[in-house]
Formats: sequence, structure tokens, C-alpha cells
Amino acid sequence: MSAFEVEQGKLRTPFWPKTRAFDRLSESHDWKGYASADAYLEGGLEYFAIRNSTGVFDLSPMTKYRISGPDSLAFLDRLVTRDMKKIRPGRVAYAVWCDDQGQVIDDGTIFHLRDGEYRVCSQERHLAWFTAAAIGFDVTIDEETTRVAALAVQGPTSFSVMQNLGLDGIENLKMFGLMHFDFHGEELMVSRTGFTGDLGYELWIAPGKAEALWDALFEAGKFLGIRPIGTYALEMARIEAGYLAPYLEFIPAEETVRTGRSRSPFELGLDWLVDFSKPVFNGRRALADEQRRGSTWRLVKLDIEGNKEAHHSYVYARKGGRMINIGFITSAMWSPVCKQNIALGSVKTPHGKPGDTLWVEIYYQREMHWSRVMAKATVVDGPFWDPPRRRATPPAPA
Amino acid sequence: MADRYDAIIIGAGHNGLVCGALLAKAGKKVLILEAQEQVGGAAITRKFADGFSVSACAHLLYQLQPQVCKDLDLSIDTVADDMATIALDSAGQHLRIRNGAATGLNDSDARQLHAFHKRMARFSELLRTYLNKTPPRLANGTKTDVVTLARLGLDMRRLGRKEMRAFLRLIGMNIYDEVEERFENPLLKGAISLDAVLGTHLGPRSPNTILTYLYRLAGNHGKLSTPTGGMSGVTEALAQRARDSGATLRTSMPVKRIVVDNGRATGVETDNGETFSSWIVASNADPKTTIMQLVTPRYLETGFVRRIDNIRMRGNAAKLHLALDGLPVIKGIDKKDFAERMLIAPDADYVERAFNPAKYGEMSADPVLEITVPSFRDPSLAPTGKHVLSAIVQYAPYGLREGWSDAARDTLMNHAIDKIAAYAPDIRQRIIAAEMLTPADLESEFRIGGGHWHHGELALDAFLFTRPVSGAAQYAMPLDGLYLCGAGTHPGGGISGAAGRNAARAILDREKTT
Repeated sequence: MSAFEVEQGKLRTPFWPKTRAFDRLSESHDWKGYASADAYLEGGLEYFAIRNSTGVFDLSPMTKYRISGPDSLAFLDRLVTRDMKKIRPGRVAYAVWCDDQGQVIDDGTIFHLRDGEYRVCSQERHLAWFTAAAIGFDVTIDEETTRVAALAVQGPTSFSVMQNLGLDGIENLKMFGLMHFDFHGEELMVSRTGFTGDLGYELWIAPGKAEALWDALFEAGKFLGIRPIGTYALEMARIEAGYLAPYLEFIPAEETVRTGRSRSPFELGLDWLVDFSKPVFNGRRALADEQRRGSTWRLVKLDIEGNKEAHHSYVYARKGGRMINIGFITSAMWSPVCKQNIALGSVKTPHGKPGDTLWVEIYYQREMHWSRVMAKATVVDGPFWDPPRRRATPPAPA
Repeated sequence: MADRYDAIIIGAGHNGLVCGALLAKAGKKVLILEAQEQVGGAAITRKFADGFSVSACAHLLYQLQPQVCKDLDLSIDTVADDMATIALDSAGQHLRIRNGAATGLNDSDARQLHAFHKRMARFSELLRTYLNKTPPRLANGTKTDVVTLARLGLDMRRLGRKEMRAFLRLIGMNIYDEVEERFENPLLKGAISLDAVLGTHLGPRSPNTILTYLYRLAGNHGKLSTPTGGMSGVTEALAQRARDSGATLRTSMPVKRIVVDNGRATGVETDNGETFSSWIVASNADPKTTIMQLVTPRYLETGFVRRIDNIRMRGNAAKLHLALDGLPVIKGIDKKDFAERMLIAPDADYVERAFNPAKYGEMSADPVLEITVPSFRDPSLAPTGKHVLSAIVQYAPYGLREGWSDAARDTLMNHAIDKIAAYAPDIRQRIIAAEMLTPADLESEFRIGGGHWHHGELALDAFLFTRPVSGAAQYAMPLDGLYLCGAGTHPGGGISGAAGRNAARAILDREKTT
């Protein structure tokens, strides 16, 4: 029987036989056909595992492509906006890829597994685009989503969990690095990556060893506060880290039908990922134009007064005594660890420079009745949550 | 050290020559590189048998733009102007058509033909205006783009409400429905159907074959002529203009690749290893060959490459050349009729049935033919008393399932000659020599991808703003320094020179602004 069973119309990941034991809620959503847990017990509790001990997230549904062949580097270098020549074997790169109009199709991580062999991971599926991008290149694109099971192991005690797991040399693994280990005769790839903005690792293994890995991991974390976490908890950590989510901070360019609804890397605060020293990459001509002309949108990170979460709010700027609508919130939350009311948003330039004061129109409901507050917000630079332990090498043991 | 030029033109086809001549005339130092020994591309006259010459690909001139002739101070000698079309009937009851009138039609057909021709002439006149303009950009356009676009809208409104609606209704429609609705005479229906599909991978029932028909009329009101000395009469004259203006022409110089350096075209390298530098490279090769082979996709962005890769290059027209020891006998055809164009397309269904096998990678056993006997008016093409027959034979798909072997070529030739023999029973006795050029032959001889005469299907999705592909219809490609100037760009195929002229103007305009 396939490790990826189909039950109740949804695919189950190879870890499902293990995660089901923790699942008290049976609440999940669809992630590219897979049932992905929203929470196993309680979202807030799971969030605190990420920030205080170790949370384990099943990211097997993540789309994975193996890129190999003599032109793999040339292919990727043309595909994404950043310079892939700088990403050596054993390193991981966060990257975005654009269409010819310089609009972001998706973001993801590119693992340089071995010399000339890569894995591209993203939330969305991209085989059609990658296949088109491969025209004229001697490269193989292999969709290996179902052949690789993966867990994110995130939190301050995660390093000790890895040590308990017996991963020799893990203390030397730097942020955005990856190492290969032997696990029960299978190759276990461990990368120091994640979606939480905290100390953490991602573990990649063949589905046949998924359950054994889970058992070993939870044994290793037994006294380190390890617990499985669902999407609610991950989403909170993601916003605190200031990371982007497709369909929230941007709509994948190929999914938009209205003009002006997609975003360029500049409009998502990803200028640092665009390398014009490359003579050609997808979107280069349009992005060079945009750089000359100026962007329309800007991604902002907002520190909002009060404690009302700014979901779906409009953002305003004060101009000559009047409030003008300049954009909207894309993700919002009360951050327990920062004790701040935070949000990500998309606003029209020139508004939204770090330090600017903006206003957020928040509607909230208490006992059926709706109220509205115009909350002052400050545009902040950098992530809301970025502890030194995230990049400390070797990390401190728990 | 590579030779430096202001502009390099790849290919001395008629469009490449027009473009090169105009750039040279504007004071640029121009190099035109041609792969063949002879200039002219697919518009050439060449020997195919001892003493016999023929226009090897295109054989009728009906689209040469007066603007091109004016700009280059060019006058083309013709041996025949305003040729009639004779739709051949196996019983000898042929139909003679010229300028929207035909002999031998009943009253209803005559009336309908007049109305049809009048409407088509009006619509084609609308298109004609735009043949000699760079298509406007729909988004992010300049002032010129907006003006051109507004004028296009206005010109359409000027047709009047009823005719504008008819235009919008007909432009995407197939010619079959229109001829079936209007006419009774099968020869008339066949003849109009054939004109709509010549040189395409389309049958009369395929969508937008009214557009292709209009495009044919748009060039020069559909008037057919034959240049003196065949098509080289046109291209040799163009080459002379280019040389007179100071352009350098070099033949037998196939271009191996377009040199790209740091994100821009900087010159070309030829098969023999010579390199030539220039900030402007204009390719008369078809868009797909230019991008996919001469540039290669890695220097361009994915969306553009994908669109170029998807250009439909399924050539479906073959060319038959016969050296005859005298004129054949056709029942009901006088000697003087050999000066005209003859069609074998007895009805619209016949044309569609001829197309059917091509959809499945097979050649027509009963092909349609467009026949001319150019030597009748032009004795330079054949020894005294002897003649040359030149025919376009459809359908012969480039992607023939069995592949284009010598045997397949012979089969096609036999199908074509058998079909002629059904009207001219003595044709086989008259043949001294014969040549058949399949789309595969046209591809290798003229370096047209897929052997497609129009450098890519002429269809609504590859027309005006979207020819060759959307976002790149202004002759400049999304690679600095690279331009297209051939039939794959707006307005399209046919010996018109419009693409070459528009490209030259686009290049000179861009030079001014940058």
C-alpha cells in the first residue's frame, strides 16, 4: 500500500499514522490535496511550543522538484531573481521567481543538495512553468513531492533534540546549511531552515522511514517539550518572522486575472533578492523598468496601537488633515511573544517608509455588536521576532 | 577583430532586402548576409532543368506595397498585370473571375459575387491601412500607440454600424460558411475557398479563413501579377537598391548564431566562423528559427520563449515545377488563357476534403492546385516553344507521418500530375523534366522553419498586435539590439515588403529615442 493513503477524499501524509494519535480536534484544511492539520490540540499551546520548546510541523505536502542535469545551475539562475552561482553545495537559498512582467509567481527554498543537484520547495505547484523555463536547457525536472516526507522541527530546544537524535556534527550546521545523515540505512537530509523565524531544522526522508523518524524524534524530544503543531501555530510564527505567504501577501502572478493584482519582488520588500548583475533572468527587463519608474506597492510591517487584531483592515495615511486610503492589511495578529499588535500589509508608494505613521481601520465584534477603531500604526523595519538563537552556531543546548 | 556595422540583416529575402536598403538609405552601414548563393530568399527565380527557370517558391506578385516602391524608388517590370483566375471545370465549363466579376454565373451568383467582393474590398481596405504601420501596443503604449489604436477603432466605426458588425462577425469566421450561404456555383465556391487557405494549415471550414482571405486582398486589391524574369525580378531590383545605398551584400554566408553579450545582441557568427559586430541585428529568418536556434532560449525570458516555441509552423504547401515541350491541351481553354492563373478546386467541399488527410499527417491524394504558366508571357524562362508550369500543391503536411522520403515526394508529384492530367490529358507526354518541393525541401532550401510560407500561421491569435507573439509585435525583440524584419512579424507573408519596411522604420525610430 502506498505510504500516501487516500482517506475521506484527502491524501494523508506518511506521518499520518503517527500524527493521528495526537489529533484531538480532527480539524484540517486542504493543502494541494493533502489533509493538513489546523491544530492537534490547541493552536496557542502549539504556538508556544515553537517559541519555548520544540514544535514539529508535518510539511510533507510541500511541493518538491528535483532539478538535475548539466544545465541545472543555468536553468535555476535564469528562473529566479537572485544569483544562484553563489549558492554552494550544502547551502539553501530563499528565492522568488517571476514571470516576464517581473511579477512574483511564487517564493520557495532551493536546496543545493550536491554539486549540480537541487531541490526546489514551494507551497504551490509549478511544473508547467518550470517545464516552460526548461525549454533550451539540458535539465531534468522531477516532481518528487510524494517521494520525500518532511518535518519542520522548530524552537529553542530543537538543537538539543537533534543532538539527542544522534546527528553528529549538527552543531556546526549554520543557518541555510544542509547536511546528510544515515538514518536506519536511509539518507536523512537535515537543513537549518524554517518558517518560524526561530532556531529550527527541517528533516527530509524517504516515506518508508517516516514513522521510524517520527518515533526517534519524539523519543529524542521527550524531555524537551516536543509537540506536533498545526497550521494555526505555524501561521502565527510566520507573521512574527515577517515571512510572506502566497494568496495572502501576494497572489501568484499566473493566478491573477485582473491587472495590477500581482506583485513584484520590489513591492514585497525583496529588493535584496534581485540581482541585476545577471544579464538575464525571468522578469529582469520589467524589473529594471520598475526600478527606473518606481514601484506602485510596498509591503509594510505594522506595529499597531491597542490590542484589536487588524484582520482585513484598510490602511490610511493622513494627508492635509484628511485620511486617504492607501492600502490594506494582508496578515494580522496579536503577537504573544512580542506583546505587540502586529500586521503585514500592502500600501501604495510613497507611503509606508519605515518610521511612517499610518492608520488602520479595525472593525471588531463583541457579543454580536460591531465597533470600529481607527488605530495608529508605525511602519517597522525588519522582522517583529528575530532572536539571536536563530543564527547562533553552535546553538545553545536546552 | 570582427568587422563592425551599424546594422546586420540576417537573410536577403525580400523583407531583409527592403529593411537593409532602407537602413542603408538612412545612412547606416549595413551588412546583409544570405545563406544561399543567390539573394531573394523564397522570392527567387532559379533553374530547375536545362534551359528552364521558375520562381522557386512564391510565383505570383499581389501584395508588393506601393510605399515600399516609393521609399526605394523602385519600379518592378511585370509581364502580366491583373491576371484573371480560371477555375477549371473537368467538363470544360470553366469559370473566369476577375475583380469581383465572373463569366458564366447565374444572376443570383453574379449579384452575390458583386456584393461579396464589394464588402471584402471595403474590409480589406481597412486592413490595408494597417499593413504599413507598426501594430500599436495595447498596454503601456506610447502616444503613437494610443493614436494608432484610436484610429483603428475610428476606422472600424466609419464602416457604419451594420458593416462594422458584419466585419466583427466575419473576421473570426470560416470562408466555407460564407461561400455556402451566398453562392450556388461550385467552381466559384472552390476558387474563393482556395484563395482563403493558400499557404496555410487551414481548410475552408477552419476558423478565421475569412481573415486570411481579406489579408490576401488587402495587399493590392487582390490584383495578380508576374514580374519579368520571375520573382528574382523583384529581389534583384531590391538588392540593387540596397547596394546603391551602400549596403554590403554577402551570399553563401549562413548565420550560425546571433552573438549575445551581457544581455544584448552584439553581432552574428557565420557557419564559416567569421564574426560581424553590430548594435543592431535584424533577422529576416522566421521568429521561431531566430529565437530558438540563432539566439537560443537561455538568453531570453521564459514567457516569451514559450510563446515563440508555440508558433504554429506547419507548412502544408508544396511546389511543383514542370518543364514542358509545349502547352498542354485543356478542354475549353484557349491558348491565351495560359497567361492567367488556373485553379483546380472544383468546390469548397473538395478543398476541405483535400485538407482532411493533412490533419493526420497524410498528403492529399486529391490535392488542390494553383497553376501558372509563367513562360507564356515571359520567354526568358524556357527555350523557344517550350514552357514552364509552376503550381502550388496543397495539402502536403510538413509533419508527414511517414516522413518526407524521395518515395513520398514522388507520390505527391504523381498525385499532383494525375490531378492536372484530369484536365489536361496530354500533360504527361509533354513533361521534359519535373521538380517537386515538399515543405521539408522548402525548409532546407529556404531555411523557413516547417516550410511555412508565411513564417508562421496567419491567424487571429498571430495577427496585428499578436504577430509573431503578444508583447513583441513592434519588431524589437525582448533582447536589446535584436529585431525581426520578416514575414513572421506584422503584417505577415506574401511578397509585400511591408514587414521589412515597418521594421526599418521601427529600428530608426528607436535609434532616435535611445
